[in-house]
Amino acid sequence: LAVVAGRAGSAHAAVDDTEKAIQDFTGGKSPETGRIRLTAPEIAENGNTVPISVDVESPMTAEDYVASVLILADGNPNPDVATLHFTPMSGSATATTRMRLAKTQNVIAVAKMSDGSVFMDKKEVKVTIGGCGG
Amino acid sequence: MSNAKPRIKVPKTASKDEVITIKTLISHEMESGQRKDKDGNTIPRKIINRFTCTFNGQEVFSCDLDPAIAANPYFEFSAKVPESGTFTFEWVDDDGSVYSDKAEIEVS
Repeated sequence: LAVVAGRAGSAHAAVDDTEKAIQDFTGGKSPETGRIRLTAPEIAENGNTVPISVDVESPMTAEDYVASVLILADGNPNPDVATLHFTPMSGSATATTRMRLAKTQNVIAVAKMSDGSVFMDKKEVKVTIGGCGG
Repeated sequence: MSNAKPRIKVPKTASKDEVITIKTLISHEMESGQRKDKDGNTIPRKIINRFTCTFNGQEVFSCDLDPAIAANPYFEFSAKVPESGTFTFEWVDDDGSVYSDKAEIEVS
């Protein structure tokens, strides 16, 4: 890029915003642990492109499948990263993408099953060079 | 952004109900709306905000993207298809542009 941007001065997402995003997604339910596995590097040298994967245990049938997975980062200016939507035709509730991390923080993945139950996993990623556009 | 170029990787053949892996990548700067130019003005947000993959018209996988998705959005996901047909991929830009691509698969 031709222009080197200045520091983004805005405050980073409070843990409260992250908690609210989880509550909005689950409809107020507290997520259980298990069934969902979030894979992220322990140390990301470049916060501009951090690979993350989610994998949720599910038979992925019309009666029992993973509907959505919410991905959040609690130290970014806005905690939202993405919401993945699966269907029985996904075959398996697994996906990989690449995200931006402004600084060292927690990445959180919450899975919502077709029966409404919710599961969560969390990983801390240490960031050497932030990807906050700064 | 008219130069958004999708690239997709789908197996050409599969057996019935086999779980296959699909990889997609599209060139796009994903301007987050958090950056400032050299005069201190915020650079307006312009991202791809939605991605969908359908097979013969039925949704397989989709994603709502926020500005924290890295530039040149990459997705790897699975699909299980019962018959031969066509995958359609669509990326929707903040400005309303839709970029799309297709891939055929033969199921035996």
